[in-house]
Amino acid sequence: MDFDDEGSNFELKEIQTLSGHTDRVWSLAWNPATGTDDAQPVIASCSGDKTVRIWERSALTRSWDCKAVLEETHTRTVRSCTWSPSGKLLATASFDATTAIWENVGGDFQCVSTLEGHENEVKSVSWNASESLLATCSRDKTVWIWEVMPGNEFECASVLQGHTQDVKMIKWHPTMDILFSCSYDNTIKVWAEDDTGDWHCIQTIGESSNGHSSTVWAISFNAGGDKMVTCSDDLTLKVWEADIEGMRSGNNQVLWKHLSTLSGYHDRTIFSVHWSREGIIASGAADDAIRFFVESKDSVVDGPSYRLLLKKEKAHDMDVNVVQWSPGQENRVMASASDDGTIKIWELATSSN
Amino acid sequence: MTLGLINANPIVHAKKERVARCEDPHCDDAVDPDIRDPEHPYSLEQLSVLSEESITVDDKLGRILITFTPTIQHCSMATVIGLCLRVKLQECFPPHYKVDIKVSPGSHADEEAVNKQLNDKERVAAALENPNLRQLVDECLYSNEL
Repeated sequence: MDFDDEGSNFELKEIQTLSGHTDRVWSLAWNPATGTDDAQPVIASCSGDKTVRIWERSALTRSWDCKAVLEETHTRTVRSCTWSPSGKLLATASFDATTAIWENVGGDFQCVSTLEGHENEVKSVSWNASESLLATCSRDKTVWIWEVMPGNEFECASVLQGHTQDVKMIKWHPTMDILFSCSYDNTIKVWAEDDTGDWHCIQTIGESSNGHSSTVWAISFNAGGDKMVTCSDDLTLKVWEADIEGMRSGNNQVLWKHLSTLSGYHDRTIFSVHWSREGIIASGAADDAIRFFVESKDSVVDGPSYRLLLKKEKAHDMDVNVVQWSPGQENRVMASASDDGTIKIWELATSSN
Repeated sequence: MTLGLINANPIVHAKKERVARCEDPHCDDAVDPDIRDPEHPYSLEQLSVLSEESITVDDKLGRILITFTPTIQHCSMATVIGLCLRVKLQECFPPHYKVDIKVSPGSHADEEAVNKQLNDKERVAAALENPNLRQLVDECLYSNEL
């Protein structure tokens, strides 16, 4: 899709505001198995009110309703939530130092497992593509890898040390069992398993590698898995690329290289970034705005550059904590959540001149 | 413009009395164990006389910048004072106001590290969920209003 078409104006249309949480909403996740002809879209959201809410769009009215409130489990803020690739399980990470695993049993969400081990707040949780591994990270500076066993059992496979501060987010590569973490220590680390089954940090991306100069809050991969974008308290987005074929052939020496830095667009911390399957990068920041970036065809000699497609000011009344594109059939539908306690569903639409 | 959180005179007197009581091994008064926590050797009253603060408000943008000067160079004191200021400001201003809190340039050995912690929204939220820390902050603010 060529976004450089001069005749197109983009606008971010607000579809609906989802209210219900009684404190800031930290994160949300679209259920990847929904948004098809057979399954209406479903979103899970998590909040400082210690609950997780499940929202579903009605097939009849096309309006979103809250289908469930998952409460009385976490005893502190729920910071992050993510569905397993099959959509059958939901993992929730909390400041209470635990990660809960939920299963939808006949419309009723039950907590089927609680993962303990971190010393303090768990910040993020991620499933690998084959659903065989789960990763969690914490202010205790560690990343834990858990093996998913039959009967909703989870066994700790490895405790990864290396970050020198609070680990803010972890994310598995979309196709390979390579894990990425980003931290308050300003670095991004890449972790992979060697032949003996031990997990190691195979790369640390710091300031000397053109890395961020303050806390890195989030990581997102493009559809092909050969590029990733990171966002930071240093007010920039950075795009990285790696040799995907080299990675596929099992070469753990493949390094991620800096491709581009998007600076001058944000004046407050960028909390979230998400790359759509079409290549649109969405960012959510502490200035209440949502921004969209695309690759610019006016490339310079050094490689592709990115340009601002659209800035939606006052997308929320307060900080935007998360932006997530819908994985469903509908194109360019996105959800965001904020300190203002709401979730908003948006459509990025074009109006040609 | 200062917030007027700090009123030195009555607090200095109270501090002197409190210190005398703490040092008396036969003291009957219940002493709050948090105050005697070795990590926080100073009483709450002592904490509150330590900082002067200056505040700039941009009502159009809804932004507040507060800088304060801790006179004790101990890292954990500065972060506690910063937390107290943040909670106090949340009470005084509408919720959509964005607050940045910094130590006055040159006033602290770990200035960058302290500022980073004070302005990491997630760290602040987690700290205020810690019952011990929350109690310390509440007592600090409450005792200032007496």
